[in-house]
Amino acid sequence: MIFSKKKNPIDLIFSFITGVASISVILITAGILYVLFTESSLSIEKFGFFKFLTLVDWDPVKESFGAAAALYGTLITTGLALIIAIPIAVGVAIFITEVSPNFLKGPVGIAIELLAAIPSIIYGMWGLFTLAPIMAKYIEPFLQKTIGELPLVGILFEGTPLGIDLLTASMILGIMIIPFTASISRDAFNLTPAVVKESAYAVGATKWEVVKDIVLPYSKLGVFGGIAISLGRALGETMAVAFVLGNNNQITTSLLDAAATVTVKLANEFTEADKDIYLSSLYYLALLLFIMSFIVLAIAKFLILKAERRYQR
Amino acid sequence: MRRERLRVIQSRIAFVLSTLTALFGIFWLVFIIGDVLIHGIGALNINLFIKDPAPAGVEGGGLRNAFVGHLLITLFATLIGVPVGVLGGTFLAEYARGKRIAQIISILSDIMVSVPAIVVGTFVYAIIVKPLGHFSGWAGAVALAMIMIPVVLRTTEDMLSLVSWTVREAAFALGAPYYKVIIQVVYRGAATGILTGILLSIARVTGEAAPLLFTAFNNSFFSTNMNEPIASLTVSIFQYAMGPYESWHTQAWAASLMITVFILIITILGRLIIKWRYKK
Repeated sequence: MIFSKKKNPIDLIFSFITGVASISVILITAGILYVLFTESSLSIEKFGFFKFLTLVDWDPVKESFGAAAALYGTLITTGLALIIAIPIAVGVAIFITEVSPNFLKGPVGIAIELLAAIPSIIYGMWGLFTLAPIMAKYIEPFLQKTIGELPLVGILFEGTPLGIDLLTASMILGIMIIPFTASISRDAFNLTPAVVKESAYAVGATKWEVVKDIVLPYSKLGVFGGIAISLGRALGETMAVAFVLGNNNQITTSLLDAAATVTVKLANEFTEADKDIYLSSLYYLALLLFIMSFIVLAIAKFLILKAERRYQR
Repeated sequence: MRRERLRVIQSRIAFVLSTLTALFGIFWLVFIIGDVLIHGIGALNINLFIKDPAPAGVEGGGLRNAFVGHLLITLFATLIGVPVGVLGGTFLAEYARGKRIAQIISILSDIMVSVPAIVVGTFVYAIIVKPLGHFSGWAGAVALAMIMIPVVLRTTEDMLSLVSWTVREAAFALGAPYYKVIIQVVYRGAATGILTGILLSIARVTGEAAPLLFTAFNNSFFSTNMNEPIASLTVSIFQYAMGPYESWHTQAWAASLMITVFILIITILGRLIIKWRYKK
């Protein structure tokens, strides 16, 4: 510190209070990890730390639990959501930084960010009452008639389209995470030095060539960081999927079937778990979810920090 | 010459596509908000605010209990979360500025901002609901506060860092101890930013339902007792929307409208304030 080392007593107290307040974040994080671990110990003992991940059964009556179906649902919805969201989000970021006239940049940016401000429960409501019927009536039968007729990929679209399924849930998740990738990609694009872009224009590159060959390679770390944040968000999203997934514990090849994710299981069954082993297994699911999203978000943060540091030099 | 034309056309196509993606994003925003407005406005009536829920399946009734409960939970969450967040952010930006511990807590907070809210719910269930033996409004408030703390902490840190170091030096030169410099000079300089951050964090937790499911739970009767299960708008929306009665669905839409409008207004206001204050 620049000022004198001799500290005022009130200063000591104030610095202590602020220090304790900031350490609360560490306490909460460590507390969550510790509590989830102890609460799930019963389930870990009975089913095995790794074996639990491979068991498909989820039967409260027989007291037989496994995470495989829920993890499968989480991975499928998250993966599909990313496939839907990434191209859109990167396109939006390109639009805001390179294409849009200046007066539209602000409003479009705010509009996309408002998508992130809408609470997930609203996405869920809207998904259940508006999107699901549209999916069931128009989009899913259409997909069945077109892509569904093809060999191999056809099995993705088998069954009766009801709208309460993996595809609808993934659509909603995809729309929800567009803003996260978009806003971080936009910031990353903006960090590309103007001089480099201008020299590309000077040798006759078109605008798209500048984006493709200069801006995107320059900002790929930031874009990956944004994608990782979206992934972390999608893994833990609860209410938006709880409405439209049906909480059906099964591993299904068809995207038109109801399924379950870790979060949907927790939301629907946590308060109904009447046996210790049932609750403990749900806690184990929560622990798995926490670890997965923590790691993904840590990677995201690492990528974004690395991207920012590179440009500060 | 032909190759040049091809490249120009390629460039045009790429940008038309990118414009379409932006329209696609805005389309969903308009679709969702429009849908909530159409269903919600039709469902609004005065009973919603002044009456408690009617017995299941019976027409009429309102969500007074949920409005009041939601307000109480959010209020106490703010009273817990904001002081901890602001003070914690102060430590990172002032006393621990540039130190390793500040970096670690800052990065950890950024991660915790996006950690699944439902996990926080299960955590609070284990540390408060289980030992006490019953769901309570306090547990809900604590769960929301835990979600709020990292958000407020990071905004405070950023906003304090924006206050130029020379301002602090000027105050030191007058002989002020550091705590006085922080409270009377730095906080003043960063007040707009911090307040906006607090507003945005309130907007964020107002829409949370997942952490309340296992903490505040729900209560179909009017209650202001934070020691008991208490109703909230978001949990009521979940219960009503998934329920079988048409009248429940209507009320869920009305509640959704109120929450969406509240959050959008605060979010837009917050962004405008930040723009007006910092981008001049």
